[in-house]
Amino acid sequence: MNIPANLKYTPSHEWVRVEADGTLTVGITHHAQDLLGDMVFIETPAAGRTLAKGEECAVVESVKAASDVYAPVAGEVIAANGDVEASPESVNQDAYSAWMFKMKPANPGDVNELLDAAAYQKLVESEAH
Amino acid sequence: MLKQTPLNATHRELGAKMVDFGGWDMPVNYGSQIEEHHTVRSGCGLFDVSHMLPLDIRGANVRVFLRRLVANNVDKLQISGKALYSCMLNEAGGVIDDLIIYFMNETWFRLVVNAGTAEKDLAWMEKMNADWGMGLTLTPRRDLAMIAIQGPNATQALNEALPGVDQITANLKPFNAAAMGEMFIARTGYTGEDGFEVMVLAKSAPFFWKALMEAGGKPIGLGARDTLRLEAGMNLYGQDMDETTSPLESGLAWTVDLKTERDFVGRAALEKSEVTQQLAGLVLLDKGVLRSHQKIHTKNGHGEITSGTFSPTLQQSIALARIPLGIAPGEEVEVDIRDKKLKAKVVKYPFVRNGKVLI
Repeated sequence: MNIPANLKYTPSHEWVRVEADGTLTVGITHHAQDLLGDMVFIETPAAGRTLAKGEECAVVESVKAASDVYAPVAGEVIAANGDVEASPESVNQDAYSAWMFKMKPANPGDVNELLDAAAYQKLVESEAH
Repeated sequence: MLKQTPLNATHRELGAKMVDFGGWDMPVNYGSQIEEHHTVRSGCGLFDVSHMLPLDIRGANVRVFLRRLVANNVDKLQISGKALYSCMLNEAGGVIDDLIIYFMNETWFRLVVNAGTAEKDLAWMEKMNADWGMGLTLTPRRDLAMIAIQGPNATQALNEALPGVDQITANLKPFNAAAMGEMFIARTGYTGEDGFEVMVLAKSAPFFWKALMEAGGKPIGLGARDTLRLEAGMNLYGQDMDETTSPLESGLAWTVDLKTERDFVGRAALEKSEVTQQLAGLVLLDKGVLRSHQKIHTKNGHGEITSGTFSPTLQQSIALARIPLGIAPGEEVEVDIRDKKLKAKVVKYPFVRNGKVLI
């Protein structure tokens, strides 16, 4: 299973990278893209949008199904990745470089509530049974 | 406990992603669903469709029985091996199932019915058999596996995998079948491409599948089967029609024979009914993906998508939708997708046949 140790995770299958400046980069996990299959449409949130924790803020659609992407913590969107909208299949090719959006958390400490790689792995294994 | 086809272990060896498909443990893809889709349009794909049920009906009255049982007219079947697509209706004119009927001889017709409706269909047919005093024998053929071989290279792959079959494939016209020993070879499919649906004894299926792969056939999951059939404009039971919908409002009027005097179950209800809706093709003009149950706004009122997907051939989203009459191809409608109203164009379907875009 492809779950990089340097990232944080949510139970709804987003990955979060905490950057040096405290901003967060967010995408969906390898496991999530594997469940969905071939991606064909992605809609990212507009920069400047304020998000509550758990708010639906992006949409990923595969041939099979549509799925929402949720804000991992509260904060403000500072950038969206136009490249994944133009090439949804990049999420299938490398889920951890195909980020969806970057955000500035409202409270920097909130990232500590996210799952680490080991906890996320456990969650994925439990969902498989 | 999920039901398994005779090819279950084969799919697992091939690394298929298996899903619960109406109670059956089936392969949804073996990697990329989109690549599998293109393989069928350009080469040769193999599908395990053994979850569908072949059903043999034997007896002196089998033609008389089928004349009353189904909405299409089995009297169109006069040459052995000829196939007919039909709906089986309830008394209210709703669709119990859609099925293919193969005429073998006057005491033997073979039907192929959908997996999810097989038990219901069988119970209904047995009831009619008894009620009408037909004295027929209905034999579900769970001892058979069914493999669909589809695509421009299907004939070549089948000929190579099965020595001697070229004598049959050379002369087999679309929508015809032939028996070869225990095998049953039909030039039918659900992809819009040339190809075959071959029934073999269950125990022979894994060997036959491997021979087809060695002959160039690539395994294709049920995911691509759905995008292929939708591009080909073929209805899916349970989505595009069911017991509550009329075939006349489901794009299936061409399969309902009202020209002859023949009485069949559902006819009286259909003739009394007022047709107010049609099944239409849609192409999404904005970005996004059409999905079943999305609401449609037209100048004549609301409609609903019955099947929607992303079309790998067209590289845009397409759908079948039930919309009011009077909306013609070329007109624009709006579709509710999440919090937006997106523009779609009504088109005449099929969208794709034999590898060519038709819209």
